[in-house]
Amino acid sequence: MSRIMVWLPLAVFAVLVGFFFKGLTLDPNEQPSALIGQPVPEFQLTDLNTGQPLSREQLPQQPFLLNVWASWCITCQVEHPYLTQLSQRMPVVGLNYKDTETAAKNWLQKLGDPYAVQIFDPTGRLGLDLGVAGAPETFLVDGRGVIQARIQGEVNQRVFERQIQPLLETVQ
Amino acid sequence: MIPEIGHFALVLAFAIAICLAVFPLYGYLSNQQGFCATAKPLALLQGLALAVSFGVLMYGFLAHDFSVKYVADNSNLDLPWYFRMSAVWGAHEGSLLLWALILAFWGVAVALFSRGIPDHMSALVLSVMGMISVGFLAFMLFTSNPFVRILPFSPANGADLNPLLQDPGLIFHPPMLYMGYVGLSVAFAFAMASLISGKLDATWARWSRPWTTIAWAFLTLGIALGSWWAYYELGWGGWWFWDPVENASLIPWLVATALMHSLAVTEKRGLFRSWTLLLAIAAFSLSLLGTFLVRSGVLTSVHAFANDPERGVFILGFLIVVIGGSLTLYAIRASKVSEPGEFAWISRESFLLFNNLILTVMAVSVLLGTLYPLLVDAVGGGKVSVGPPFFNAVFVPLTAILVSGMAFGPLAKWRQSEDPRLFRPLIVTLIVSVVVGLAWPSMLDGQYSIGTAIGVALALWVAIATVVDVVKKVGLYGGVGTTLARVERGMIGMWLAHFGLAVMIFGVVMVENHTEHRDLRMGVGDSQNLGSYDVRLTNLTVVNGPNYVADQATFEIYQGDALYKTVTPQKRRYNASGMVMTEAAIDSGVTRDLYIAMGEPLDGGDWAVRLSVKPFVDWIWAGAFLMGLGGFVSITDKRYRQRVREEKEARTDEGATA
Amino acid sequence: MMKSVLKAGLIAWLMSVAMVTHGAIETYQFDSPEQEERFRQLGFELRCPKCQNQAIGDSDAEISGDLRAEVYRLIKEGATDEEIKEFMVARYGRYVLYSPPLDRQTLILWFGPAGLLVIGGIVVALRIRRSKQALERGESNA
Repeated sequence: MSRIMVWLPLAVFAVLVGFFFKGLTLDPNEQPSALIGQPVPEFQLTDLNTGQPLSREQLPQQPFLLNVWASWCITCQVEHPYLTQLSQRMPVVGLNYKDTETAAKNWLQKLGDPYAVQIFDPTGRLGLDLGVAGAPETFLVDGRGVIQARIQGEVNQRVFERQIQPLLETVQ
Repeated sequence: MIPEIGHFALVLAFAIAICLAVFPLYGYLSNQQGFCATAKPLALLQGLALAVSFGVLMYGFLAHDFSVKYVADNSNLDLPWYFRMSAVWGAHEGSLLLWALILAFWGVAVALFSRGIPDHMSALVLSVMGMISVGFLAFMLFTSNPFVRILPFSPANGADLNPLLQDPGLIFHPPMLYMGYVGLSVAFAFAMASLISGKLDATWARWSRPWTTIAWAFLTLGIALGSWWAYYELGWGGWWFWDPVENASLIPWLVATALMHSLAVTEKRGLFRSWTLLLAIAAFSLSLLGTFLVRSGVLTSVHAFANDPERGVFILGFLIVVIGGSLTLYAIRASKVSEPGEFAWISRESFLLFNNLILTVMAVSVLLGTLYPLLVDAVGGGKVSVGPPFFNAVFVPLTAILVSGMAFGPLAKWRQSEDPRLFRPLIVTLIVSVVVGLAWPSMLDGQYSIGTAIGVALALWVAIATVVDVVKKVGLYGGVGTTLARVERGMIGMWLAHFGLAVMIFGVVMVENHTEHRDLRMGVGDSQNLGSYDVRLTNLTVVNGPNYVADQATFEIYQGDALYKTVTPQKRRYNASGMVMTEAAIDSGVTRDLYIAMGEPLDGGDWAVRLSVKPFVDWIWAGAFLMGLGGFVSITDKRYRQRVREEKEARTDEGATA
Repeated sequence: MMKSVLKAGLIAWLMSVAMVTHGAIETYQFDSPEQEERFRQLGFELRCPKCQNQAIGDSDAEISGDLRAEVYRLIKEGATDEEIKEFMVARYGRYVLYSPPLDRQTLILWFGPAGLLVIGGIVVALRIRRSKQALERGESNA
């Protein structure tokens, strides 16, 4: 083993340690959405409340939140009050994901309906096109219909302030 | 009260470990024999303290002491007693205690079985093991204490052991695996002792070789048990998934294999000392690294314990001290040993270098693939996944290259082996392997698979070469009995291990290329064809287990018109957790497994059912078992047996005085 | 005679119904064994977006089932394997591929092992050469 080569293993280890320290601050399960910077996909579904056909042209023309939820999703119940608060600041569009009509309507009746529009997606078609892996998930869509952010899991004040608020300034 | 005894024993063990780490080292550096002599007694005391601590935790499980948080999290009133015992190592804190216990156990073993080693050397070895112990015990006492209690309101019942772990596999796989992982610490300690004392001649290789071999054997069996367990427990028939936790056990195994072979050269010829030292450090370091990866949350895995970055920081600090320290000492001291030795291009030394090269590349490749998502994410490159397609693409060709060389090494002589007549037996071996390899797939159903042909040829290449070697030796010694009695145990071990690898490769090739699956809908009374059998679903009932409720299907398997066997696969729902588990029905045979698993219930009372024929799948674990057996046989070598050595010494004494 | 006709019919029906996946068990019907095999392979290559490191073919999660159904639909519509993978990546990101695509970021991954083999081979060869030379020197001195 030459003079320099003997230090190589230590050097490699040192580099790895650097990566591990950084790695401890990261979450390997967190996935950025593949649709950031893309427009909301086209869809042809129905409005849960009116039964009328719904497509992306009928979504708000200003920045809004697209909230993926279902009656079987417990965390959705937990985030519901905060979403109701948010709905007073900006429109919240609901995407009822892989649910049944009656269960969804009952849920909304029991907890309240803060949603400006309710997209009914029983087969999860739009969810799949959005890259949804489960509920709840929330997307921030800007005034031109382009997705700017995606949150997996509960939206609460901390999450909103850290991940959505900063973007709202640039998006207005 | 009783859990406190366990906790106290743990603290006591910690104190002893600190003494063990410090006193012998101090004794060595200041040349005070008295301090060196404390090493063995301290190692024995540490073993005792940890045995008590572990025993108390196990008692807590057996006695349903739900005031201990760890017991409450991992046990249940309805959990059968044998699973309550294995639940001790079913989660993070308990498995750490098992680690510490086994480390202490290896310390006891070194203390008891190192009479042939100079005292100052064994003192240093035990001191290094003590340092590692200090790290693990500190980690437990400060971040992961298994004796934390829930008082004054203890739960009336526990959360139950994860149903995936309620299986005999859990009873054997982790202890066996840890015996291997932790056993590599002995080789590490010998390397460190050698570096600390500056005695970098080849004797440390002779001493550490049996310890390395036995650790390797345990690791082989531990990994094989894990694979077998996954196969029959998970319900899909897979046996290796290249999951980070699996890789974390494979990487040290590959390095330990290289180390075993390199130690052979260092012991016999005094060469590669520096490289062997590095391998010894690397093997245990990679074991520790595995511990970090599995418990820190930096990688995603189905097997991972707690995802706790705080604990991760502690382990990382520990790694920096142990690995960083050892590699630094290595860099400072090891450059002093360097002699090229004298050997030719064709020689046993060369082949063993080749072996080490390939095994090292394999280990680094698997490590690279495992860490890559972390590396990319850390530099801001986003999330990338590295899975079986990558690992298979890299590992399979490397294995083929490694195996190609395997036939030459045992035949080659040390130093110089350029006489082609030595390798003549291999010509026949080559011809037979290629011919049979090419012919074999054509005798099977389905499309001809060139992959099978190559795989079978390689397996035969090693198998026949090994048999030829055995036959040659039997010819030399005149008779099988004489050969087995007279030839070195290490050689018998090698034969078993190499042959075992060939058996395993054959099993892998057959199962990966020729498994038949059918996924179908079946109702009561339906019959399907499976290979040369007919399978009829005759009954569907609900069965109550000790802590679960199961849908059970009864299948009758017919060969022609005769009933061959009745099997009862189940779909279980565990009461405490609500988890659903598939218990597949497996009929094991030498040439195939029949695998029947229930999927989802369909409408009309029918079920989606998977029927599989898995050819030669048990050869995978049979081969691994042979490899492990080879390892265990090797260490029964006369050289390592105390009494023989003492007799020899006694005779020389007599001869001197006569 | 009747029994063997029935048996043949059963086998023929079986072949058209048989499906090969790893993991959750469904009863999809394919037009050909090649399609079936492609479905199975893609089941290994696509990652479940919500699981702890499982392929969609291995996992029970609902999203895995949805993605498998999607792969089935795309195969029946005539999409190639490449197109199916692109479809998934467009929605779930490159995370969903278990075999990372070869691009600038994954060069080290894909060429590392081979590169290491070459470099290691050179190092080993040089080492053996040194020993061979020492051997020859030793013999000529003898």
